[in-house]
Amino acid sequence: MSAVLRVFGRIDRPVLLAFACVVALLLGGSLYTSSFLSPDYLLKQLQLGAFLGVIASGVMLVILLGHIDLSIPWVLTSAAMISTAVAGWWGDAGTLLAIPVGLLWGAAIGAINGFGVAFLRVPSMIFTLGVNAVLQGLMVILTGGAAPQDYATDAMRWLGSGASLGVPHSLMVWAVVGALIVFVLKRTGFGRSIFAFGNSEAAAYLSGVNTRAVVVGCFAIAGGCSALAGVMLAGYGTKAAQAMGDPYLLPSIAAVVLGGTYILGGRGSYLGTIAGVILITLLQSILRIVQLPDSWRAIFEAPESLREIVYGAVIIGMMLLYGRQQAKRG
Amino acid sequence: MNRLRYFLAHSRGALLALALFAAMFAVYVAYHPAGLTIDVVSTAANKGVLLALVAMAQTLPILTAGLDLSIGMTFVLANSLASAVVLGSPAETALGVVLVLLASLLCGALNGLIVVFGRLQPIITTLATGSIYFGLALVIRPSPGGDVNEDLADALTYDPVLGVVPPSLLVLLATVVLVWLPLRRSTWGRAVYAAGSAEGAAYMSGLNVDLGKFVAYTFAGLFAGIAGLMLTFMTYAGEANAALGGAYTLNSIASVVIGGTSLFGGAGGAIGSVIGAFVFRTIGDLLFVFDMDALYQPLFIGLVLLVSVSLGSLRLLRIRNRLELFR
Repeated sequence: MSAVLRVFGRIDRPVLLAFACVVALLLGGSLYTSSFLSPDYLLKQLQLGAFLGVIASGVMLVILLGHIDLSIPWVLTSAAMISTAVAGWWGDAGTLLAIPVGLLWGAAIGAINGFGVAFLRVPSMIFTLGVNAVLQGLMVILTGGAAPQDYATDAMRWLGSGASLGVPHSLMVWAVVGALIVFVLKRTGFGRSIFAFGNSEAAAYLSGVNTRAVVVGCFAIAGGCSALAGVMLAGYGTKAAQAMGDPYLLPSIAAVVLGGTYILGGRGSYLGTIAGVILITLLQSILRIVQLPDSWRAIFEAPESLREIVYGAVIIGMMLLYGRQQAKRG
Repeated sequence: MNRLRYFLAHSRGALLALALFAAMFAVYVAYHPAGLTIDVVSTAANKGVLLALVAMAQTLPILTAGLDLSIGMTFVLANSLASAVVLGSPAETALGVVLVLLASLLCGALNGLIVVFGRLQPIITTLATGSIYFGLALVIRPSPGGDVNEDLADALTYDPVLGVVPPSLLVLLATVVLVWLPLRRSTWGRAVYAAGSAEGAAYMSGLNVDLGKFVAYTFAGLFAGIAGLMLTFMTYAGEANAALGGAYTLNSIASVVIGGTSLFGGAGGAIGSVIGAFVFRTIGDLLFVFDMDALYQPLFIGLVLLVSVSLGSLRLLRIRNRLELFR
């Protein structure tokens, strides 16, 4: 009993709440259709959730700093486009190098984000929004004239849609990424500096932390994570496409924040991020499968309209439940 | 004399932007194949006015050291709604206009309520409400279309007043004079600035900081609604276009920055943002008259945006002690 208490004592209330919401969603979904609890269906959700999970891992590091990365959509898309293009340009060598080049690209863009935030001290939300626009412009040039190869290599498909022993590879990738992030956060000086920075940048700097390196490092990892998700998504959907990253911006930030990571930085656990990712994935899935009664369908003629409204409302609602800031004065 | 010096120091950013705009617009007209005709000016004015109104909207949350990422979606929602209700007899049309303005005001008020009383971060709040507003726009306009009262539309966006002045500029001027200036001079406006420049001190001095923030987001919704109405008058149609909303959100931030408003809140103003919006639009027009390959234009606009937001870092050169950076 005391062992159980000790474990739960260390888990934040938001994380518990997030897991409670996951259970509630599962129960609610199973009332609607019994196939909701079937292992096949759940495994499929985890495979899809893994893409979000990989992105959210990077997003979490940035949010732990108290910053935010709004360049996710086009870092993801551009990494997918560049890696498929490399496979087309460089022949056999390109096929081998496609994924590493895509990841390096993502990390490099992330480092540029970090540079703007750490050295130029532009607010992160604004600088990353600008980088997002520049990337979109670059990709218009890349794909606009002579269109390069956009279909995924075999390795990307293996990562994105393959499975071994019944376990989807994307889920394994998320597990590896997650383990690395937990290791970095818990067992390295870099991880400690991230929390220190998030709590007080000035104090971290005065204690001898190389704050600029921490910022650049976190943004680079976040870029690499988005790029990895982009490469896998290209494999899952067999090709890199315009706007493939757009549906991931709000969900990744929401997953991290709903998982109890404090949006102003300094507090959060990876367990919470896992809960948040599963929560968002299940929510999206339920919104997709629920059939509307005919009278409703007349109102919500475009099916995604209801999805967008419910989605935004649920995120606001959950944040109001447990994501509120302390009232702070003086 | 002192007042003049004060004014110059106060609005240095906006005045610089104005000079930049004048120079760029002169080049644009000089190189435009048609020269300075009422059509050229009218088209430029129409495009600029839309962004200028959205930029005015974005200015208020930024003045409170916040940000409104839903502003583009409010704009799109107002456009969709206007294409459904601003129709029919003059009375019905007037009612439709009021309805659109009221709806966008409510969108802004909802943002304000969540930020102030919900105590959620503006970014995540407006990202989520943006999703809601876009969903509502889709409910109204599942596919592009609709219609608008054409007499009113032409009067406000097409027929030059006195033969020379584009009417959309007058709408913009009216918004500035009738809404922005009174707001700025009121206690509400003071509270908006105070909330962004020193929230703690403002609170201690008895200013209603919460009210300031609420007012900022609410009026942002109203300005975005006026912009959505104008878009409907220009295109005679409505469309729930997420990409358009996203682009306007982004460009509005760029315009605010070019217009000299501080991203850290508390300094600047909507008039600067209006000028910033015209600068931003003229950059696009210049690319057109100088025959830049259309393929390269999005990248160029993106770079302009990135460079303009980075210009603020020039202040770093004046900082002697790195500790001053950590506010």
